[in-house]
Amino acid sequence: MMLLDFSPTEWQAITLSLKVSLVATICSLPVGILAAYALARWDFYGKQLLNGLVHLPLVLPPVVTGYLLLTVFGVRGPVGGFLQDLGIVFAFRWTGAVLAAAIMAFPLLVRAIRLSLEAVDPKLEQAAATLGASRLWVFITITLPLTLPGILAGSVLSFAKALGEFGATITFVSSIQGQTQTVPSAIYALLQVPGQEGAALRLVVVSVVLAMGALLLSEVLARRATKRMRGT
Amino acid sequence: MSLSISIQHRFDGFDLDATFAAPEGLTVLYGRSGSGKSTIINAIAGLMRPHAGKIVVGTEVLQDTQAGVFVPPHKRRLGYIFQDSRLFPHLSVARNLDYAAHAARREIDPQHRARIVDMLGLAPMLNRRPVALSGGEKQRVAIGRALLADPQLILADEPLASLDSERKSEILPYFEQIRDETDIPIIYVSHSADEVARLATTVVALERGAVIRQGPALDVLADPNAMPLGLGAVGAVLDARVVAHHTDGLTELSAGQDTYFLPRTRLDVGQHVRVRLPASDVMLALQQPVGFSALNSVAGTITAVQPTSASSAIVTVLTSAGPVLARVTQRSVAALELQAGKPVFAIVKTVAIASDIGA
Repeated sequence: MMLLDFSPTEWQAITLSLKVSLVATICSLPVGILAAYALARWDFYGKQLLNGLVHLPLVLPPVVTGYLLLTVFGVRGPVGGFLQDLGIVFAFRWTGAVLAAAIMAFPLLVRAIRLSLEAVDPKLEQAAATLGASRLWVFITITLPLTLPGILAGSVLSFAKALGEFGATITFVSSIQGQTQTVPSAIYALLQVPGQEGAALRLVVVSVVLAMGALLLSEVLARRATKRMRGT
Repeated sequence: MSLSISIQHRFDGFDLDATFAAPEGLTVLYGRSGSGKSTIINAIAGLMRPHAGKIVVGTEVLQDTQAGVFVPPHKRRLGYIFQDSRLFPHLSVARNLDYAAHAARREIDPQHRARIVDMLGLAPMLNRRPVALSGGEKQRVAIGRALLADPQLILADEPLASLDSERKSEILPYFEQIRDETDIPIIYVSHSADEVARLATTVVALERGAVIRQGPALDVLADPNAMPLGLGAVGAVLDARVVAHHTDGLTELSAGQDTYFLPRTRLDVGQHVRVRLPASDVMLALQQPVGFSALNSVAGTITAVQPTSASSAIVTVLTSAGPVLARVTQRSVAALELQAGKPVFAIVKTVAIASDIGA
């Protein structure tokens, strides 16, 4: 198996990509659920603004998102400087790659959860309230379980998107081997050097397999969750 | 425990202004769709907030807009039975039944639970999901879920409306049982005269957002003025007892001192039933009639003659079992000189057992 004979550098890129994507997905999940809930259920001033903000990374050139991240979260940025005092640094660290991936994948996550939330019948939540469940309890025992298919699908989709994130990541945290060089960055770096096409191809195959796997998993999970919810 | 309500709410082109009291037993909010019944029941549940009003159960104020009191739905200790069941699809029947106890972090009394499971025949379906249940079964689970919420008030919003007549007759007895065996007030929304006749202890008749009549069920149903709310055929309702089943296929009932016959029913001898006598099937005679084909004639005294149109009138006859209504022509009123105080005989062609309604 020539193809699976990865060099340490390639392994680093693959494990870093997986770590970054996983952490990005897990960390953005609570925020994503909250944003989806707000967009699906609440009426508030500035709702369209929030909707726009959430979807912005989808339509902005990734390099712009990366630049904005650098400006805001860079060491000398308004938020980055403050966070640095607390010992949290994003710029040119793997945590920065997580932030970039999370923000780029956020629209997909929120969309999937929101669609699923909107399919939950508010009448069921009302019924739960008449049975003595507080708002939080209704959310935990009724809304959240019924939204599970969307949450699973959105998470897997967000994970796959994070795996493939390139533009914002390389702009924000560059491509430092072992630090911020994810699979896409590594492929790009390899392609810059003559004679490295073999290594690039191996990582390309890894990318395709991971992405396809994630999509299939998302489908299977969503279907199984839906089936369980509907109780067949 | 009783419930008192006074609410005012303004919709587009529709004002709701209703004040009534519901004593123990089953109170039917009765009226056409759009009369405000569902709005009222949802206000009691706290699912909609009327612009102004006061809702009190026993001594507990659930809402008082003047005092700025609003108890949220989950603190009202309700058992709300919805028309569309609203079972939680991702939970088994057992988990649906125990939902309220879990929400309140309350211990489930296994005996109480077993009694309700037994009464509603839920044992075989406890591990199933709602999707695997028929409409009637779903509604039985919904009733069980409401009862197991340890409610101080039971609300039912047209709980039979989405069921076919066979399922209706399957569910109706449970409401009778709850009415007779608990002292929890039940507020029951319906637009069916049959359900009212069979279930109601108290009737609150609503029309276009206003209470047009309220009182004990038998009184309201015997009131020809309650007709505009679409009682279908106006008709009195009497309490009766099954006396005997005769070999010629008739069942004998006694109501007050009167005897009624009707085609044989499945009822047990000694059982108490409510019978409905549609006013259009009651004729009046001045003498004890002889030689006629109708089986039932009872003596009484006219208490009211109420014209309903240029040609017809509703005559209220007080019999030993209560008022009976007869729909007669104005010509007969004149010819027989029907007026209050006059003794007459009511010839009853049809006696419908309210319990058989829907069967």
